[in-house]
Amino acid sequence: MALKVEHELHRRRIGRNAGVGLLLVGLVVLILLLTVVKVQQLDNPAQMERFDHVVRPALATEGTGQ
Amino acid sequence: MSDVTLDNSQTREAGLGDYFALLKPRVMSLVVFTALVGLLVAPIPVHPYIGFVAVLCIAVGAGASGALNMWWDADIDRIMKRTQSRPIPAGKVAEGEALALGLTLSVFSVILLWLATNAVAAALLAFTIFFYAVVYSMWLKRSTPQNIVIGGAAGAFPPMVGWAAVTGDVTVESFLMFAIIFMWTPPHFWALALFMKDDYKDAGVPMLTVTHGRKSTRKHILVYTILLIPFAIGAAFTSIGGPIYLVVSVVLNLWFLKGAWDIFKRDETAAEADEYAVEKRVFKISLFYLFLHFGALLVQAALRGTTLGAW
Repeated sequence: MALKVEHELHRRRIGRNAGVGLLLVGLVVLILLLTVVKVQQLDNPAQMERFDHVVRPALATEGTGQ
Repeated sequence: MSDVTLDNSQTREAGLGDYFALLKPRVMSLVVFTALVGLLVAPIPVHPYIGFVAVLCIAVGAGASGALNMWWDADIDRIMKRTQSRPIPAGKVAEGEALALGLTLSVFSVILLWLATNAVAAALLAFTIFFYAVVYSMWLKRSTPQNIVIGGAAGAFPPMVGWAAVTGDVTVESFLMFAIIFMWTPPHFWALALFMKDDYKDAGVPMLTVTHGRKSTRKHILVYTILLIPFAIGAAFTSIGGPIYLVVSVVLNLWFLKGAWDIFKRDETAAEADEYAVEKRVFKISLFYLFLHFGALLVQAALRGTTLGAW
């Protein structure tokens, strides 16, 4: 018994499935680049550590509670 | 020979192009242009990549509302000749697929716009999608001959969303860009309705040309063109305007008004005699009108800091 059964549906939909795959990869790249741009726009990249729910007293400024 | 024929259009596997057609690409191109202008004329510079993502989200959001519109209007799209080749009536895409695509892209575009820019822009985009899909398509399109007037608001929001993506605000400038498209849509569309013998009547859609007659439609075109003028010229005296925009706007408004007046003063007999030459000319003028107004805004933004950049 073949490990991988090639169904006729797979051939018919290959173009569509490849397209959806490319779109999803594109979305991932889009969000990755957006993250890079957003981080670069911060005055101090250490500000990002505020959002990771980890207490880092050394990086916290006075009066912020962290 | 057999009487039984196979309708290939019903059995063919839908391709990506068929799903893309659900997003109304031609409408999307106008949305991209006006949203881009709204974004570029804003007083604060925006990072090019964030600007790109914002315009992409606005375009996808507009496309999503187009897919929802095609899902809801599938019944009348099957009746009207102009819309019979759309993916759902042509049997290429199932109604449920159009609904799923529309909802998914709506959620994605709004959330991504929020992440990329701000909540105000995202909320405006969400409202635009809701307005086009629910207020226009589901509610008003089939119930009032003023459907074009109200539906025009959905097409008028993109520059306001683009502006909000940069500023996080709604201001008089973004309102005026909205108002120009909003007031421009009725005369633009009714000029088209006069020379396009469309089949809205068969589909039960109350178009002004059918419910109030063609003479009334001609009067409506003139009235809406007059009402449009103060918004278009008024934008010249805000922070996005300037001397170049003012000159362009005055010339375009006189041109458009002359066309609306020509449409108003003639009757159906004269129109049929020259195969609606004036109506067709005014429709073309209306396209130039919108494109050149927003083009002039871009020129003003490019000249910022020079003597022609502002008053």
